Amino acid sequence: MSTIPNFIEIPVNPEIAQKEFEVYSKPSTLTDKPFHYCPGCGHSTVHKLLMEVVEEMGIQGDIVGVAPVGCSVFAYDYLDIDMQQAAHGRALAVATGIRRMLPDKLVFTYQGDGDLAAIGTAETLHAANRGENILTIFINNAVYGMTSGQMAPTTLEKMVTTTSPFGRDVSTQGYPLKISELLAMLPGVTYVTRQSVHTTANVRKTKKALRKAIELQQEGKGFCLVEVVSNCPSNWKMTPLQSQQFIQEKMIPFYPLGDIKTPEGK
Amino acid sequence: MAKSLGDVIIDIEKCKGCELCIDSCPQETLALAPRINQKGYHYAVKVQDNCTGCLNCALVCPEAIISVYRKIVK
Repeated sequence: MSTIPNFIEIPVNPEIAQKEFEVYSKPSTLTDKPFHYCPGCGHSTVHKLLMEVVEEMGIQGDIVGVAPVGCSVFAYDYLDIDMQQAAHGRALAVATGIRRMLPDKLVFTYQGDGDLAAIGTAETLHAANRGENILTIFINNAVYGMTSGQMAPTTLEKMVTTTSPFGRDVSTQGYPLKISELLAMLPGVTYVTRQSVHTTANVRKTKKALRKAIELQQEGKGFCLVEVVSNCPSNWKMTPLQSQQFIQEKMIPFYPLGDIKTPEGK
Repeated sequence: MAKSLGDVIIDIEKCKGCELCIDSCPQETLALAPRINQKGYHYAVKVQDNCTGCLNCALVCPEAIISVYRKIVK
């Protein structure tokens, strides 16, 4: 821990800390409730970025979200927009219904890897194949976070989890699932990108990707997927800083960042 | 030459002490306090008066509790 012994706290400078000089503050589209996520969790960063984009675009009343089952099950407590909560893995099925009943609203689902890539694979693939006008935000942290770190389909090879104590053995447990590459092959899918939130530069890129995806939704261009490679310090048994290093050294070589499919064609 | 003076206001009661802002700060302005807040976490505070308002801490802060101010002095 980086506490220093001769610790002097500098008070806020009233000449600088004035409303006219403010360059960043918490987006008004987030509620005042403190996040329940563990310290350093990527979920809260993505919530924050999504709500910044919603605030900047002024679409607070036009967007409907679907919360999954997983750590982010209480997303509706923090996002100050219309939300619905779906059964485990069925967020895209619920979102399809919402989108078809309310065709003038923007619909997004917010799902983790246990929800989207394991139990909800069928819903995900078929919603993408139908080319529904839905934005899916997929948080990939390679474990089941809420239930204390069991192996997920996205768990890396040889990665130790509570249900793979000797590391994931691909001969019996299969290979990590690259959902983004899988969905990018489907013709109904418009935009697929993989980002992360472990450094400042990547946070900015993720925000740009979210904005682009919402703009494509406004144009009605079809299914969009924004995958965010995230951390799970509690279940990886690491400090937040170590978990960010793990993302850089282990996750990103297997899940390379960048656009996988764009409407401009790539 | 224009100089950028910055300042941060951190909502210490909501801080969870994840140290991401401290790691991201290029000026080493922030540090973890030896005291704890009501939830029992060591919280981040400003310990040097050299903030430039670069936004790095606010962008990586998962809790969105850092407000950044920037004044350009010519």
